[in-house]
Amino acid sequence: MEGSKPKLKLAVYWASACGGCCVSVLDVHEKLFDVIAAADLVFWPIALDIKYEDVVKMPDSQIDVTLFNGAVRNSENEHMAKLLRKKSRILVAYGSCSHLGGIPGLANFSTKEEIFRRVYQESESTINPENIKPLPEYEAKEGILNIPVFYNDVCSLSQVVDVDYFIPGCPPQTERLLEVFVAIVSGAELTSEGSVIGAEAKAQCEECIRKKTENKRIKKFYRPWEINDDGVTCFMEQGVLCMGPSTRAGCGYRCIKGNAPCRGCYGPASGVNDPGAKMMSAIASIIDEKEPEDISRVLEDIVDPAGLFYRFSLPASLIRRKLL
Amino acid sequence: MEFKPRIIAFLCNWCSYTGADLAGTSRMEYKSNVRTVRVMCSGRIEPTFVLEAFIKGADGVLVCGCHPGDCHYQEGNYRCLRRFLLLQKYIVQMGIETERLKLEWISASEGKQFAELVNSFTETITELGPCKIKDAMKIST
Repeated sequence: MEGSKPKLKLAVYWASACGGCCVSVLDVHEKLFDVIAAADLVFWPIALDIKYEDVVKMPDSQIDVTLFNGAVRNSENEHMAKLLRKKSRILVAYGSCSHLGGIPGLANFSTKEEIFRRVYQESESTINPENIKPLPEYEAKEGILNIPVFYNDVCSLSQVVDVDYFIPGCPPQTERLLEVFVAIVSGAELTSEGSVIGAEAKAQCEECIRKKTENKRIKKFYRPWEINDDGVTCFMEQGVLCMGPSTRAGCGYRCIKGNAPCRGCYGPASGVNDPGAKMMSAIASIIDEKEPEDISRVLEDIVDPAGLFYRFSLPASLIRRKLL
Repeated sequence: MEFKPRIIAFLCNWCSYTGADLAGTSRMEYKSNVRTVRVMCSGRIEPTFVLEAFIKGADGVLVCGCHPGDCHYQEGNYRCLRRFLLLQKYIVQMGIETERLKLEWISASEGKQFAELVNSFTETITELGPCKIKDAMKIST
Protein backbone atom coordinates (compact mmCIF):
# COMPACT_ATOMS: atom_id res chain seq x y z
CA MET A 1 0.00 0.00 0.00
CA GLU A 2 1.25 3.41 -0.90
CA GLY A 3 2.22 5.50 2.11
CA SER A 4 1.75 2.83 4.75
CA LYS A 5 4.73 1.38 6.51
CA PRO A 6 5.63 -2.03 5.12
CA LYS A 7 5.26 -4.84 7.60
CA LEU A 8 8.36 -6.37 9.12
CA LYS A 9 9.30 -9.83 7.94
CA LEU A 10 10.04 -12.20 10.80
CA ALA A 11 11.46 -15.71 10.84
CA VAL A 12 12.02 -18.19 13.65
CA TYR A 13 14.13 -21.28 13.13
CA TRP A 14 15.17 -24.19 15.32
CA ALA A 15 18.43 -26.00 14.82
CA SER A 16 19.69 -28.39 17.51
CA ALA A 17 17.07 -27.41 20.07
CA CYS A 18 14.37 -28.90 22.25
CA GLY A 19 11.57 -26.70 20.93
CA GLY A 20 11.29 -24.72 24.15
CA CYS A 21 12.55 -21.54 22.51
CA CYS A 22 9.84 -21.69 19.84
CA VAL A 23 7.30 -22.27 22.59
CA SER A 24 8.63 -19.23 24.44
CA VAL A 25 7.83 -17.21 21.32
CA LEU A 26 4.31 -18.68 21.31
CA ASP A 27 4.07 -17.66 24.96
CA VAL A 28 3.42 -14.09 23.89
CA HIS A 29 -0.20 -15.36 23.98
CA GLU A 30 -2.73 -12.77 22.81
CA LYS A 31 0.10 -10.30 22.15
CA LEU A 32 0.74 -12.46 19.09
CA PHE A 33 -2.00 -10.37 17.43
CA ASP A 34 0.06 -7.23 18.05
CA VAL A 35 3.10 -9.00 16.64
CA ILE A 36 1.18 -10.08 13.54
CA ALA A 37 -0.20 -6.57 13.13
CA ALA A 38 3.33 -5.25 12.86
CA ALA A 39 5.05 -8.18 11.23
CA ASP A 40 4.59 -11.06 8.82
CA LEU A 41 5.95 -14.40 9.93
CA VAL A 42 7.59 -15.67 6.77
CA PHE A 43 9.28 -18.82 8.10
CA TRP A 44 8.66 -20.73 11.31
CA PRO A 45 8.82 -24.53 11.08
CA ILE A 46 7.03 -25.20 14.39
CA ALA A 47 3.99 -23.14 13.38
CA LEU A 48 3.91 -22.60 9.63
CA ASP A 49 4.15 -24.93 6.67
CA ILE A 50 6.90 -23.25 4.69
CA LYS A 51 9.64 -25.30 3.12
CA TYR A 52 13.38 -24.72 3.04
CA GLU A 53 13.02 -24.28 -0.73
CA ASP A 54 10.82 -21.23 -0.16
CA VAL A 55 13.54 -19.65 1.94
CA VAL A 56 16.13 -20.41 -0.75
CA LYS A 57 13.94 -18.55 -3.27
CA MET A 58 13.74 -15.40 -1.14
CA PRO A 59 15.97 -12.51 -2.21
CA ASP A 60 18.99 -11.90 0.06
CA SER A 61 18.35 -9.82 3.20
CA GLN A 62 14.62 -10.23 2.58
CA ILE A 63 13.85 -11.23 6.19
CA ASP A 64 14.14 -8.33 8.64
CA VAL A 65 14.73 -10.35 11.80
CA THR A 66 15.45 -14.03 12.25
CA LEU A 67 15.34 -15.57 15.71
CA PHE A 68 17.66 -18.56 15.40
CA ASN A 69 17.41 -20.99 18.28
CA GLY A 70 19.35 -24.18 18.82
CA ALA A 71 23.00 -25.10 18.55
CA VAL A 72 24.80 -26.21 15.41
CA ARG A 73 25.27 -29.96 15.74
CA ASN A 74 24.98 -31.31 12.17
CA SER A 75 25.31 -30.26 8.55
CA GLU A 76 21.61 -29.35 8.26
CA ASN A 77 21.92 -26.90 11.18
CA GLU A 78 24.99 -25.37 9.57
CA HIS A 79 23.33 -25.13 6.15
CA MET A 80 20.29 -23.37 7.63
CA ALA A 81 22.46 -21.04 9.72
CA LYS A 82 24.32 -19.95 6.59
CA LEU A 83 21.15 -19.70 4.51
CA LEU A 84 19.29 -17.63 7.11
CA ARG A 85 22.33 -15.41 7.60
CA LYS A 86 22.22 -14.62 3.90
CA LYS A 87 18.47 -14.03 3.84
CA SER A 88 18.23 -11.97 7.04
CA ARG A 89 19.04 -8.38 7.76
CA ILE A 90 19.31 -9.02 11.51
CA LEU A 91 20.24 -12.49 12.75
CA VAL A 92 19.55 -13.04 16.44
CA ALA A 93 20.96 -15.98 18.37
CA TYR A 94 17.89 -16.75 20.45
CA GLY A 95 18.27 -18.84 23.59
CA SER A 96 21.14 -20.58 25.34
CA CYS A 97 21.82 -23.17 22.64
CA SER A 98 22.50 -20.75 19.82
CA HIS A 99 24.04 -18.21 22.23
CA LEU A 100 26.53 -20.55 23.94
CA GLY A 101 25.85 -24.13 22.82
CA GLY A 102 23.37 -24.87 25.59
CA ILE A 103 22.39 -28.33 26.77
CA PRO A 104 23.22 -30.01 23.41
CA GLY A 105 26.68 -28.51 23.88
CA LEU A 106 27.30 -30.90 26.76
CA ALA A 107 27.94 -33.45 24.00
CA ASN A 108 31.37 -31.83 23.73
CA PHE A 109 32.29 -33.96 26.74
CA SER A 110 32.25 -36.91 24.33
CA THR A 111 33.01 -37.60 20.69
CA LYS A 112 30.84 -38.56 17.77
CA GLU A 113 32.12 -42.16 18.01
CA GLU A 114 31.31 -42.37 21.71
CA ILE A 115 27.81 -40.99 21.15
CA PHE A 116 27.10 -43.38 18.26
CA ARG A 117 28.41 -46.33 20.24
CA ARG A 118 26.19 -45.46 23.19
CA VAL A 119 23.07 -44.74 21.16
CA TYR A 120 23.25 -47.46 18.51
CA GLN A 121 24.99 -50.24 20.45
CA GLU A 122 25.19 -49.94 24.21
CA SER A 123 22.04 -48.26 25.46
CA GLU A 124 19.77 -50.57 27.46
CA SER A 125 16.88 -50.24 25.05
CA THR A 126 18.92 -50.99 21.92
CA ILE A 127 18.92 -54.32 20.10
CA ASN A 128 21.15 -53.93 17.08
CA PRO A 129 23.03 -57.17 16.37
CA GLU A 130 23.90 -56.10 12.83
CA ASN A 131 25.41 -52.92 14.23
CA ILE A 132 23.48 -50.66 11.88
CA LYS A 133 24.37 -47.01 12.17
CA PRO A 134 22.91 -44.11 10.21
CA LEU A 135 24.92 -43.22 7.13
CA PRO A 136 24.84 -39.71 5.66
CA GLU A 137 24.41 -41.28 2.24
CA TYR A 138 22.62 -44.52 1.33
CA GLU A 139 22.01 -46.08 -2.01
CA ALA A 140 18.49 -47.41 -2.10
CA LYS A 141 16.69 -48.97 -5.06
CA GLU A 142 14.90 -45.69 -5.61
CA GLY A 143 18.09 -43.68 -5.66
CA ILE A 144 20.57 -42.08 -3.27
CA LEU A 145 19.15 -41.04 0.10
CA ASN A 146 20.77 -38.38 2.24
CA ILE A 147 20.52 -37.41 5.87
CA PRO A 148 22.49 -34.64 7.60
CA VAL A 149 26.06 -35.35 8.69
CA PHE A 150 26.48 -35.57 12.46
CA TYR A 151 29.41 -33.40 13.59
CA ASN A 152 31.98 -34.26 16.22
CA ASP A 153 31.68 -30.85 17.90
CA VAL A 154 28.62 -28.86 18.88
CA CYS A 155 28.99 -25.16 18.06
CA SER A 156 27.19 -22.02 19.08
CA LEU A 157 25.66 -20.00 16.24
CA SER A 158 28.35 -17.31 16.30
CA GLN A 159 31.04 -19.96 15.79
CA VAL A 160 29.46 -20.70 12.41
CA VAL A 161 28.11 -17.37 11.09
CA ASP A 162 28.18 -13.69 12.07
CA VAL A 163 25.49 -12.93 14.62
CA ASP A 164 24.02 -9.45 15.16
CA TYR A 165 22.46 -9.89 18.58
CA PHE A 166 22.17 -12.47 21.32
CA ILE A 167 19.07 -13.03 23.44
CA PRO A 168 20.11 -15.42 26.21
CA GLY A 169 18.06 -17.83 28.29
CA CYS A 170 16.78 -21.38 28.41
CA PRO A 171 14.32 -20.32 27.20
CA PRO A 172 14.52 -16.51 27.01
CA GLN A 173 11.81 -14.86 29.05
CA THR A 174 8.98 -13.96 26.71
CA GLU A 175 8.58 -10.50 28.29
CA ARG A 176 12.14 -9.65 27.27
CA LEU A 177 11.52 -10.87 23.73
CA LEU A 178 8.50 -8.57 23.51
CA GLU A 179 10.59 -5.63 24.72
CA VAL A 180 13.14 -6.33 22.01
CA PHE A 181 10.42 -6.79 19.41
CA VAL A 182 8.72 -3.53 20.36
CA ALA A 183 12.10 -1.79 20.13
CA ILE A 184 12.64 -3.19 16.63
CA VAL A 185 9.13 -2.28 15.44
CA SER A 186 9.34 1.25 16.84
CA GLY A 187 12.65 1.67 15.06
CA ALA A 188 14.46 2.39 18.35
CA GLU A 189 18.21 2.13 18.28
CA LEU A 190 19.37 -1.22 19.59
CA THR A 191 22.70 -1.45 21.34
CA SER A 192 25.85 -2.01 19.34
CA GLU A 193 25.95 -5.05 17.12
CA GLY A 194 27.28 -8.27 18.52
CA SER A 195 25.90 -7.55 21.97
CA VAL A 196 23.53 -9.36 24.29
CA ILE A 197 20.05 -7.83 24.34
CA GLY A 198 16.98 -8.61 26.38
CA ALA A 199 19.06 -9.00 29.53
CA GLU A 200 21.07 -6.97 32.04
CA ALA A 201 24.82 -6.41 32.04
CA LYS A 202 25.39 -7.21 35.69
CA ALA A 203 25.37 -10.52 37.53
CA GLN A 204 22.34 -12.16 39.08
CA CYS A 205 23.57 -11.67 42.64
CA GLU A 206 23.49 -7.89 42.35
CA GLU A 207 19.71 -7.83 42.15
CA CYS A 208 18.81 -11.14 43.72
CA ILE A 209 15.82 -10.94 46.02
CA ARG A 210 17.28 -13.31 48.59
CA LYS A 211 18.95 -11.91 51.72
CA LYS A 212 22.73 -11.72 51.52
CA THR A 213 25.39 -10.89 54.06
CA GLU A 214 29.12 -10.46 53.61
CA ASN A 215 29.59 -13.47 55.79
CA LYS A 216 29.74 -16.32 53.32
CA ARG A 217 31.61 -19.14 55.07
CA ILE A 218 30.97 -22.64 53.83
CA LYS A 219 32.25 -25.88 55.33
CA LYS A 220 29.99 -28.17 53.34
CA PHE A 221 28.05 -27.94 50.10
CA TYR A 222 24.60 -29.45 49.81
CA ARG A 223 22.41 -30.56 46.96
CA PRO A 224 19.16 -28.56 47.04
CA TRP A 225 17.18 -31.53 48.41
CA GLU A 226 19.60 -32.05 51.28
CA ILE A 227 18.72 -28.87 53.14
CA ASN A 228 15.62 -27.29 54.53
CA ASP A 229 15.73 -24.07 52.51
CA ASP A 230 14.34 -21.15 54.51
CA GLY A 231 13.18 -19.46 51.30
CA VAL A 232 14.85 -16.17 52.24
CA THR A 233 18.61 -16.54 52.67
CA CYS A 234 21.08 -16.55 49.75
CA PHE A 235 21.52 -20.11 48.46
CA MET A 236 25.29 -19.85 48.58
CA GLU A 237 25.17 -18.87 52.24
CA GLN A 238 23.13 -21.99 52.91
CA GLY A 239 25.76 -24.06 51.13
CA VAL A 240 23.76 -24.70 47.97
CA LEU A 241 25.67 -24.08 44.77
CA CYS A 242 24.02 -21.30 42.80
CA MET A 243 25.38 -19.95 39.52
CA GLY A 244 24.26 -16.41 40.36
CA PRO A 245 27.75 -14.91 40.83
CA SER A 246 28.79 -15.58 37.22
CA THR A 247 25.43 -15.40 35.46
CA ARG A 248 23.86 -12.49 33.63
CA ALA A 249 20.77 -11.01 35.23
CA GLY A 250 17.55 -10.33 33.35
CA CYS A 251 15.63 -13.57 33.61
CA GLY A 252 13.30 -12.29 36.31
CA TYR A 253 14.66 -14.78 38.85
CA ARG A 254 12.13 -17.41 38.00
CA CYS A 255 14.25 -20.23 39.39
CA ILE A 256 15.10 -18.33 42.57
CA LYS A 257 11.45 -17.40 43.05
CA GLY A 258 10.64 -21.07 42.67
CA ASN A 259 13.15 -21.83 45.43
CA ALA A 260 15.67 -23.39 43.06
CA PRO A 261 19.24 -22.10 42.71
CA CYS A 262 20.32 -20.42 39.46
CA ARG A 263 21.66 -22.85 36.85
CA GLY A 264 23.31 -20.25 34.66
CA CYS A 265 21.21 -20.32 31.49
CA TYR A 266 21.62 -16.58 30.83
CA GLY A 267 25.34 -17.12 30.30
CA PRO A 268 28.22 -15.06 31.64
CA ALA A 269 27.59 -11.51 32.85
CA SER A 270 29.29 -8.78 30.83
CA GLY A 271 33.00 -8.69 31.56
CA VAL A 272 33.03 -12.38 32.45
CA ASN A 273 34.73 -14.28 29.66
CA ASP A 274 34.35 -17.73 31.12
CA PRO A 275 31.44 -18.52 33.45
CA GLY A 276 33.03 -21.61 34.97
CA ALA A 277 36.30 -19.89 35.78
CA LYS A 278 34.32 -17.14 37.48
CA MET A 279 32.36 -19.69 39.49
CA MET A 280 35.57 -21.42 40.56
CA SER A 281 36.82 -18.07 41.82
CA ALA A 282 33.62 -17.38 43.69
CA ILE A 283 33.43 -20.81 45.27
CA ALA A 284 37.07 -20.76 46.34
CA SER A 285 36.39 -17.47 48.12
CA ILE A 286 33.66 -18.82 50.37
CA ILE A 287 35.13 -22.14 51.50
CA ASP A 288 36.02 -21.77 55.15
CA GLU A 289 39.00 -24.12 55.31
CA LYS A 290 42.74 -23.64 55.07
CA GLU A 291 44.30 -27.09 55.06
CA PRO A 292 44.52 -28.84 51.67
CA GLU A 293 42.85 -32.02 53.02
CA ASP A 294 39.96 -30.05 54.51
CA ILE A 295 39.49 -28.02 51.33
CA SER A 296 39.51 -31.20 49.24
CA ARG A 297 36.90 -32.70 51.55
CA VAL A 298 34.61 -29.70 50.97
CA LEU A 299 35.25 -29.87 47.22
CA GLU A 300 34.19 -33.52 47.17
CA ASP A 301 30.63 -32.20 47.49
CA ILE A 302 31.02 -30.68 44.02
CA VAL A 303 30.68 -33.94 42.14
CA ASP A 304 30.84 -32.69 38.55
CA PRO A 305 32.36 -29.20 38.42
CA ALA A 306 32.70 -29.07 34.64
CA GLY A 307 29.12 -30.15 34.03
CA LEU A 308 27.77 -27.84 36.69
CA PHE A 309 29.68 -24.68 35.81
CA TYR A 310 29.37 -25.10 32.04
CA ARG A 311 25.90 -26.60 31.87
CA PHE A 312 24.76 -24.12 29.21
CA SER A 313 28.03 -22.79 27.87
CA LEU A 314 30.55 -25.53 27.16
CA PRO A 315 31.03 -24.95 23.38
CA ALA A 316 31.50 -21.20 23.90
CA SER A 317 33.86 -21.48 26.87
CA LEU A 318 37.62 -21.20 27.02
CA ILE A 319 38.04 -24.97 27.01
CA ARG A 320 35.24 -25.74 24.62
CA ARG A 321 35.49 -29.50 24.54
CA LYS A 322 37.05 -32.37 26.38
CA LEU A 323 40.49 -33.25 25.07
CA LEU A 324 40.60 -36.42 23.05
CA MET B 1 62.84 -32.02 16.91
CA GLU B 2 63.42 -31.99 20.63
CA PHE B 3 60.38 -30.92 22.64
CA LYS B 4 60.99 -27.72 24.58
CA PRO B 5 58.06 -27.21 26.93
CA ARG B 6 56.57 -23.78 27.30
CA ILE B 7 55.77 -23.06 30.93
CA ILE B 8 53.97 -20.06 32.35
CA ALA B 9 54.72 -19.22 35.99
CA PHE B 10 52.52 -16.85 37.97
CA LEU B 11 54.57 -15.51 40.87
CA CYS B 12 53.37 -13.35 43.72
CA ASN B 13 55.18 -10.06 44.12
CA TRP B 14 56.12 -10.33 47.79
CA CYS B 15 57.56 -13.84 48.18
CA SER B 16 57.83 -15.93 45.05
CA TYR B 17 58.92 -13.29 42.57
CA THR B 18 61.49 -12.06 45.07
CA GLY B 19 62.58 -15.67 45.53
CA ALA B 20 62.96 -16.07 41.77
CA ASP B 21 64.86 -12.80 41.71
CA LEU B 22 67.17 -14.13 44.39
CA ALA B 23 67.88 -17.17 42.23
CA GLY B 24 68.88 -14.76 39.48
CA THR B 25 71.00 -12.40 41.56
CA SER B 26 72.69 -15.41 43.15
CA ARG B 27 73.55 -16.54 39.61
CA MET B 28 71.89 -19.90 40.00
CA GLU B 29 71.33 -21.68 36.74
CA TYR B 30 67.96 -23.17 35.93
CA LYS B 31 66.00 -24.21 32.87
CA SER B 32 64.93 -21.39 30.62
CA ASN B 33 61.52 -22.82 29.74
CA VAL B 34 59.65 -20.71 32.25
CA ARG B 35 58.03 -17.39 31.37
CA THR B 36 57.16 -15.59 34.55
CA VAL B 37 54.22 -13.31 35.14
CA ARG B 38 54.39 -11.22 38.29
CA VAL B 39 51.12 -10.62 40.11
CA MET B 40 50.63 -8.75 43.36
CA CYS B 41 49.34 -11.80 45.21
CA SER B 42 48.72 -15.46 44.43
CA GLY B 43 45.11 -14.65 45.35
CA ARG B 44 45.01 -12.47 42.24
CA ILE B 45 45.54 -15.44 39.95
CA GLU B 46 42.11 -16.12 38.56
CA PRO B 47 41.24 -19.51 37.08
CA THR B 48 40.80 -17.67 33.78
CA PHE B 49 44.53 -16.81 33.74
CA VAL B 50 45.44 -20.47 34.02
CA LEU B 51 42.92 -21.62 31.41
CA GLU B 52 43.98 -18.84 29.01
CA ALA B 53 47.61 -19.87 29.42
CA PHE B 54 46.74 -23.44 28.45
CA ILE B 55 44.63 -22.59 25.42
CA LYS B 56 47.27 -20.16 24.16
CA GLY B 57 49.84 -22.94 24.10
CA ALA B 58 51.34 -23.40 27.56
CA ASP B 59 52.40 -26.99 28.24
CA GLY B 60 52.48 -26.40 31.98
CA VAL B 61 51.39 -23.72 34.42
CA LEU B 62 53.21 -23.03 37.66
CA VAL B 63 51.59 -21.01 40.43
CA CYS B 64 53.71 -19.76 43.33
CA GLY B 65 52.79 -17.78 46.42
CA CYS B 66 53.91 -17.07 49.97
CA HIS B 67 53.94 -19.94 52.47
CA PRO B 68 50.68 -20.42 54.38
CA GLY B 69 50.47 -17.82 57.11
CA ASP B 70 52.97 -15.53 55.36
CA CYS B 71 50.69 -13.83 52.82
CA HIS B 72 51.30 -10.11 52.55
CA TYR B 73 47.53 -9.71 52.35
CA GLN B 74 46.77 -12.24 55.11
CA GLU B 75 44.55 -14.63 53.19
CA GLY B 76 45.39 -14.45 49.47
CA ASN B 77 47.42 -17.62 49.31
CA TYR B 78 44.65 -19.67 50.95
CA ARG B 79 42.28 -18.38 48.32
CA CYS B 80 44.82 -19.41 45.71
CA LEU B 81 45.08 -22.89 47.24
CA ARG B 82 41.33 -23.38 47.13
CA ARG B 83 41.10 -22.21 43.54
CA PHE B 84 43.98 -24.49 42.62
CA LEU B 85 42.35 -27.56 44.14
CA LEU B 86 39.07 -26.82 42.36
CA LEU B 87 40.86 -26.14 39.08
CA GLN B 88 42.63 -29.49 39.37
CA LYS B 89 39.25 -31.20 39.61
CA TYR B 90 38.04 -29.31 36.57
CA ILE B 91 41.01 -29.77 34.25
CA VAL B 92 41.15 -33.50 34.82
CA GLN B 93 37.51 -33.67 33.67
CA MET B 94 38.50 -31.82 30.52
CA GLY B 95 41.27 -34.31 29.81
CA ILE B 96 44.26 -32.22 30.91
CA GLU B 97 46.77 -34.06 33.12
CA THR B 98 46.79 -32.63 36.65
CA GLU B 99 50.60 -32.68 36.62
CA ARG B 100 50.53 -29.80 34.16
CA LEU B 101 49.25 -27.43 36.82
CA LYS B 102 51.42 -27.08 39.90
CA LEU B 103 51.19 -24.96 43.04
CA GLU B 104 54.22 -24.39 45.27
CA TRP B 105 55.01 -22.00 48.09
CA ILE B 106 58.27 -20.08 47.55
CA SER B 107 59.44 -17.51 50.09
CA ALA B 108 61.64 -14.52 49.32
CA SER B 109 64.68 -16.37 50.63
CA GLU B 110 64.10 -19.57 48.68
CA GLY B 111 65.98 -18.83 45.47
CA LYS B 112 67.53 -22.28 45.46
CA GLN B 113 64.16 -23.98 45.93
CA PHE B 114 62.74 -21.93 43.05
CA ALA B 115 65.53 -23.00 40.71
CA GLU B 116 65.03 -26.64 41.71
CA LEU B 117 61.28 -26.34 41.30
CA VAL B 118 61.63 -24.95 37.78
CA ASN B 119 64.05 -27.74 36.85
CA SER B 120 61.90 -30.52 38.23
CA PHE B 121 58.68 -29.10 36.80
CA THR B 122 60.28 -28.67 33.37
CA GLU B 123 61.37 -32.30 33.56
CA THR B 124 57.85 -33.45 34.44
CA ILE B 125 56.35 -31.52 31.53
CA THR B 126 59.04 -32.73 29.12
CA GLU B 127 58.13 -36.31 30.03
CA LEU B 128 54.41 -35.59 29.58
CA GLY B 129 55.02 -34.11 26.14
CA PRO B 130 53.20 -31.22 24.48
CA CYS B 131 49.77 -30.24 25.80
CA LYS B 132 47.19 -30.99 23.10
CA ILE B 133 44.69 -28.40 24.22
CA LYS B 134 45.60 -25.67 21.73
CA ASP B 135 44.95 -27.95 18.74
CA ALA B 136 41.91 -29.54 20.36
CA MET B 137 40.22 -26.14 20.57
CA LYS B 138 39.98 -25.98 16.77
CA ILE B 139 36.42 -26.88 15.79
CA SER B 140 36.20 -30.23 14.02
CA THR B 141 33.24 -31.42 12.00
